[in-house]
Parts: sequence; C-alpha cells; structure tokens
Amino acid sequence: MIDNIDLSLVDWSRAQFALTAVYHWLFVPLTLGLSFILAIMETIYVKTGKEEWRRITRFWMTLFGINFAIGVATGIILEFEFGTNWSNYSWFVGDIFGTPLAIEGILAFFLESTFVAVMFFGWNKVNKKFHLVSTWLVAIGANLSALWILVANAWMQHPVGMIFNPDTARNEMVNFWAVLFNQVAVDKFLHTISSSFLLASMFVLGISAWYLIRKREEQMAKRSILIAGVFGLLSSLMVAYTGDESARTVSKVQPVKFASMEALYEGKNNAGLIAFGILKDTDKKIGGKKVREFAFKIQIPGLLSVLTGGDNDSYVQGLKDHISGNEKLGIISTPEKMQRGKYARDVLTSYKRARLINDTAQIGAIKNVFKDKDFQNKYFRYFGYASIDKPEDVIPNVTVSFYSFHLMVVLGFLFIMIFSIALYLLFKGTISDNKWFLWIALLSIPLPYVASELGWLLTEIGRQPWIIQDMMTVSKAVSQISTGSVITTFILFAVLFTGLLISEVSIMLKQIKTGPKH
Amino acid sequence: MISQAFLQHYWWIIISILASLLVFLMFVQGGQSMIYSLPKNNTQKTMIVNTMGRKWEFTFTTLVTFGGAFFASFPLFYATSFGGAYWVWIAILFSFTIQAIAYEFRSKPNNVLGKKTFDLFLFLNGSLGPFLIGVAVATFFTGSMFTLNQMNQVHWATHWYGLEALLNVRNLSLGLAVLFLARINGLLYIINTLDDEALTKRSVKGLITNSIPFLIFFLFFVISLLFSKGFAADPTTGTITVEKFKYMHNLIQMPVVLILFLAGIVCVLYGIGITVFRKSFSGIWFSGAGTILSVFSLFLIAGFNGTSFYPSLFDLQSSLTIRNASSSLFTLKTMMYVSFIIPLVLAYIWYAWKAINTNKITEQEMNSEEHKY
Repeated sequence: MIDNIDLSLVDWSRAQFALTAVYHWLFVPLTLGLSFILAIMETIYVKTGKEEWRRITRFWMTLFGINFAIGVATGIILEFEFGTNWSNYSWFVGDIFGTPLAIEGILAFFLESTFVAVMFFGWNKVNKKFHLVSTWLVAIGANLSALWILVANAWMQHPVGMIFNPDTARNEMVNFWAVLFNQVAVDKFLHTISSSFLLASMFVLGISAWYLIRKREEQMAKRSILIAGVFGLLSSLMVAYTGDESARTVSKVQPVKFASMEALYEGKNNAGLIAFGILKDTDKKIGGKKVREFAFKIQIPGLLSVLTGGDNDSYVQGLKDHISGNEKLGIISTPEKMQRGKYARDVLTSYKRARLINDTAQIGAIKNVFKDKDFQNKYFRYFGYASIDKPEDVIPNVTVSFYSFHLMVVLGFLFIMIFSIALYLLFKGTISDNKWFLWIALLSIPLPYVASELGWLLTEIGRQPWIIQDMMTVSKAVSQISTGSVITTFILFAVLFTGLLISEVSIMLKQIKTGPKH
Repeated sequence: MISQAFLQHYWWIIISILASLLVFLMFVQGGQSMIYSLPKNNTQKTMIVNTMGRKWEFTFTTLVTFGGAFFASFPLFYATSFGGAYWVWIAILFSFTIQAIAYEFRSKPNNVLGKKTFDLFLFLNGSLGPFLIGVAVATFFTGSMFTLNQMNQVHWATHWYGLEALLNVRNLSLGLAVLFLARINGLLYIINTLDDEALTKRSVKGLITNSIPFLIFFLFFVISLLFSKGFAADPTTGTITVEKFKYMHNLIQMPVVLILFLAGIVCVLYGIGITVFRKSFSGIWFSGAGTILSVFSLFLIAGFNGTSFYPSLFDLQSSLTIRNASSSLFTLKTMMYVSFIIPLVLAYIWYAWKAINTNKITEQEMNSEEHKY
C-alpha cells in the first residue's frame, strides 16, 4: 500500500471535499422538497383551473430555478472529486460505488434535466397535463438522484454485498440488492428526503409569513402556508420517525459512532437519553485522547437502553468497550483488530509477491485463504485496522458528533411545533394577526439548513477515521498529488462557491421582494 | 453465457455513445463561445443565450453520466486519469460549474457579479470546455505519464498533473478541432432554432470561417494518428507493446468502424454544405449525426482491437485497456441490465425536445417569456 502519505495532503483533500459537500447541501434539499411542493400546487391548478394557483406555482418555480442550477453545478464537482482527490478509494471500491453513480446519471439526472426544461419553458408550448406530468417527473427525478448517491454513501458507512479480490486489489460487488437495500441506505434515504421536504416547507412558510407581515399577497401567502404547513408537518413527523430508525441502525452497524454521538465512554445498562448536555475536558484519557465528560446534563433515565435494545436493562456499548474490548459481549478490542488487519495485509502482500515471481503453488494456496469464510470474517473484515497507528485513533471527534446530533434532534422537535402552530392559526383564521408567530416562521428559515448540515457533519465526522467503515482509512484513500495543487483548487472553489452563494441569496431576496407577477 | 470480454466491449460501446453525444451536445458551448462575436445587438445576444440555455442541462447531464458510467465500468481509468491528470479535469469541472449558474443568474436583478461576469462565464465555458475535453480525449491516443503499483494505485510521473498534455501538438490539435466543431454545430443550431434573418446570415458566414480551422486541425490530428505508433495489448497475456501504424491497422481491421468514421465526416461536411449553399435549416441534424458517428468511431479505434485506450508513456505495462481497467463480471452485468433503459431515456428526451422546439424562437417571444435567461 502507499506509505508516507503527507498528512497535510489528506487534510486539504478532506477540506476540499467537505467544502464542496457543505455548499452542495445548501442548495440540494430545497430542490428536493420544493419540487414536490410545486407539483402539488400545479396539481391543484390543473384540477381547479383557478389562475391564482398557476400564479402561485410560477412564483415558487422562479425561486426553484434560482436555486436549482447552483445545486447542479456543485454536484458535478462532488462526483468527479471522488476521482481527482480520492483515486485510491475510487479503485478500491469503484466496482461497487460507481454503479449507483452511473444509475443516478442514467435513471435520475436525465429525467430531471429533460423535464425541467419543459417545466420552465413549456407553459405556453405544451398542454396543461403534459406540463403537470413534467413537474412531477422533475420532483421524482431529483429525489431518485438522491436515492442513488445515498446508496453509495450508505455503503461507505456499512459495506455489504461485496468480496475482496486479491488479483485486482479491490472490493467487488456480488449482491446488488444487498447494496441497494442496505439498512443504512434505506434509513438514510428516507431521513434525507423527508428532512429536505421539511426544509422546503419551512422556506415556503417563512417567505409567506413575510408577505403577511408586509400585508402583501395575502391570498397567495395563505394558500402557500396551507400547502407548506401540511407537507411540513407530515415531513417533520417522518423526519422524527426515520431519525429514530437511523440512530437505531447506527447503534448496530457503527457502534463507535453511536457511542460518540451520545458521548458514552463507559457502556452501561439502563443508559439514559441525554436531552440536553454540555461537555467539558477532563484529565482522564483513552490512550492519548482526552475523555470529555458532562459539565451539565438533563437525561431521561433508561430511555437510551429502551430505544436501542427494547428494554431499560439493555446494555448500551461505550467507547471503552470498543477500544479495550468486552469479552462478555464478544466485542474484540481495537489492538486485536489491528493485529488481525495487519495479518490480512501481510497475506495480501505475500500474494502480490507470489504473483510477481509467478510462484503458482503459493498463488493457489493464498487464493484459497482469501476464499475461506473464516479468513474473511475474522481477519479481512478488519483490513483497514492495519493502517491505524494507535487504538484511540478509531474514536471520531466526540464533541462534534455529540453536539451535531443533539442540536439536530432539538431542532427536529421545534419544527414539528412550528408547523403545527402554523396550521392551527391558519384554520382558526388568525394567522395574519399573530405577528409573533409570523416572525418566528420567517426567522426559522435557516434552521432546517443548520439541522441538515449538522446531520451530514455527524454522518461524515462520526465515520472518521474511516472512508469505508473498518475497510479503509481516509489517509489511505487520497490521490497522490501535490498538496499545493489541492490548496490552490480549495481556494478557487471556496471563492467561487462563496461568490455564487452571495449572488444567489441576493437574487432570491430581490425576487421575493418583487413578488409574483400579476 | 455472457462473458466478461463481451461486457467490456459492450460497455466501451456505451461509453463511446455517451462521449459522442456529449461532443454533439457541446453545440451549446460552441454557441456560448460566440456570444461576443456573433450577435450585432443585445436582442440577438439574448436570443442566442436563450436558445442555448434551453439545452445546457442536456450537455451537463451527459457529461455527468459519462463520468458515472466510466466510473462504474472502467474504474481504473477513473482512478488513474482523474487522480493523476488533476489539473485538466479540474479545469474542465471549473468551466462547467460557472456555466450552470451563468444562465440562470445573468439577467436576474441584484445578481451581485453583474451580467458581464456571467456572460464571461458562458464564454469561458464555451471556449475552454470543448477545447479541454478534446485535449483530454487526445491523451487516449498520445499517452500520459503515470505508473500503477501492485495495488493499482496511480503515481503521476510529472509535477504538472495533467497540464503537460497541453504541450503536445497533437493534443492541442484535437482540442481545437473539437472547439471549432462545437462552434460549427452551435451555428447550425442557431440557424435551426432562431427566427432572425440577419443573425442567420451572420451564422452562415461564421460557418465558413469556423469550418476552415476545424478541417485543418481535424485533418492534422487524423493524419498524424494514422501514421503514428500505437499501443497494442497482447490478447492472451495483456502485455503492452508499441506498434507502428496501430490506429491505421485498427481502421483496416475493423472496416465497419472505418465506414462509420468516413460517413461521419461526410455527414458533417454535408450539414455545413447544405446550409451554406442551399440555405437549408436542417444542417444541424446532418452535422450532429456526423459528429456522433465520427467521435463514436474514434473511441472504438482507441479501445477495441487489442488497443490500450489510456497508454502510459512512463511505464508501458501500466497502460489501461478495456480488459485490465474494467469492473468485475457481476458489476458489468448488473450495469448492462440498467443500460437497457437507455432507449427509453433517449425516447423521452426526443419527445420533450420536440415539444419545446416546435416553433422557432423570435424576438417577440423573448419580450413576452417569463422564464428568460
């Protein structure tokens, strides 16, 4: 394998990918959610024939269009950055990871891009029904594209459906359905799209609230609030449900990440769920890493055990269980995994050496070792641990994991409340009179963005140091290019993305101020 | 029983189709590269930008799908070329990123950067995009400086990380040929879709001035290709050797490809000819079909008949072939089932395209259209 990787190269490559992903995810959720809201609005227009609904649809479609292109633009960079910045990774998993990306292009992107043109330009060129179908297909296409990229991401969190081929030195897919219906993929897809629906609903609700505050476009605003309120409330309930499912799956397939997001160092029975907590540094250490404890916490006793194991006697694994091992629970210690990983790496190196000198007897013998299920399950599954220097390196950043997870949960409950109140006031007929609520709705627009980005922070930082859980560390995945090149492109992209973001926000604000065309 | 060798060829054909569609669809870029020179006034400029703007998504999506399909079917190419020729690919990405938003933002009030900046973005993408893609594709024939270790991890042998491709005259000639071809197709598309007599006249003139450099650069590349050495892969051992006139041999040994290639060139010339001499509006369809056939054939020459499609000049045995760079049999087969949907995709694209392009774009429409670039 590649040795002497320049750490600053890894860090800058990570920074560049994170920058692209963070910016990309500022725009995509609105596309995912708003596309469905547009489709619902246009359906009402076609069903009722009322021009007002056409006007409403076209207004939100203008905002959709401003946001859409920038999501597409940042997306292409993400796709190609797997190759440009993570070429070792691209080869190691390309046999599996490339498939969802290709399907995304063939199945989803073409659907989206073909019908988005009809949606924008077809109002006076195609009949009402064809236009409506186009709008629905844009929504379906956009959300299908999310499915495939999330399948790919889920595989990095929980690699399934593959076998390692020593000849090609890569993982190869053996079960497509296992990859597609990976439990992490299912959870991630449902949680991501529902949170995007929520984000778009808050966007529509907040802007409509602004019109009511300004006493402008009141009819449009109230109708928009009706759609956003119902769609948002249903979505936020689905977010809560899928979030819970997702956390439960993480506790099973990425227990170290789960322990980090709960800041649970010592495993325990009857573990409480932290409703609110503040972490502080302590003098205690796991290896060289400082342990963080709660300076203050409010917890619901036993609930974490109930949520993860079904009853409050269930044992929830802590970080120490994974570093030092827990014989009673059958958890192997990290040093032991490192030994097994090194053994697997040595076997692979021996195989490559045998291939080099064409030692057929040795080639055959080692090939059989790789086919052995025992070797696969006991040794090769820890292949990535061969690259771990110190056992504590497998612990991700606890502070970021804990706060991002808990803040996201708190915000999730807040959103349910906001949508419920919006619908209550709307049906009561007093929404325009409750300025306090209209301001809350307006000021809440950025919050789902924050929650959504926190979700990705947790997903990706919680997975560290792995790029593929237990199989490959981030440092081994990086392309061997000069650090200077990556720093230069990082700066270029940072300037470009920031400029585009400022431009988009400015255009969006102007369009909102202008309002729908009469 | 479907063999891996069959699927490797099948997927190279799919990649070649996507690449050829991409080059045809770069008529959008070709049109963008002329936004300063072709229109006489702002209305004409708006019409050009809008006719191209209604199709930019197709080019963009084809590029993304081309990348995704390459990743899925030949991941070693994806890892090697993208991870090594870093700067070429990043420059291509950068040029497409600024395009995507330029259309949507350029005429919107309060766009901060100003209309002129977004027009510059369109021009840069229009000029650099086709040129750089042409240069990158040329390295399929001229080779690159890399080596792969036993674990198939790439090490680029120069510190230019792909920029060295710009120092090769043959690479530059294909880059420029693709650029001028995109401009020709852009002009033909403008003639086909815009209802403006003055603009049509200027476009016909532009056809002549762009056809001359296109022919010079294209012929230079093709002739040098036919007489250059190529990189042959032994069908049994996979060993790579240098073979004189390899690409000429490929054309002779694959006569169908030769016929397609020649038919492609004839179609492009016919498309230009009927527009210039017969005032036809349908030139784009002939030139487009010709572009697709020519690029498709070039890709087949690069990858078929035991040829390395991504040769290494630094370490010959690291060169990539469709055999050593491909995905596993299982993945290629899975992807083959997915590819069966492509005709349906092409059918709905055609249907939607026709629905939008029923009437020519007029100055009047530009004044009344709500969603205008």
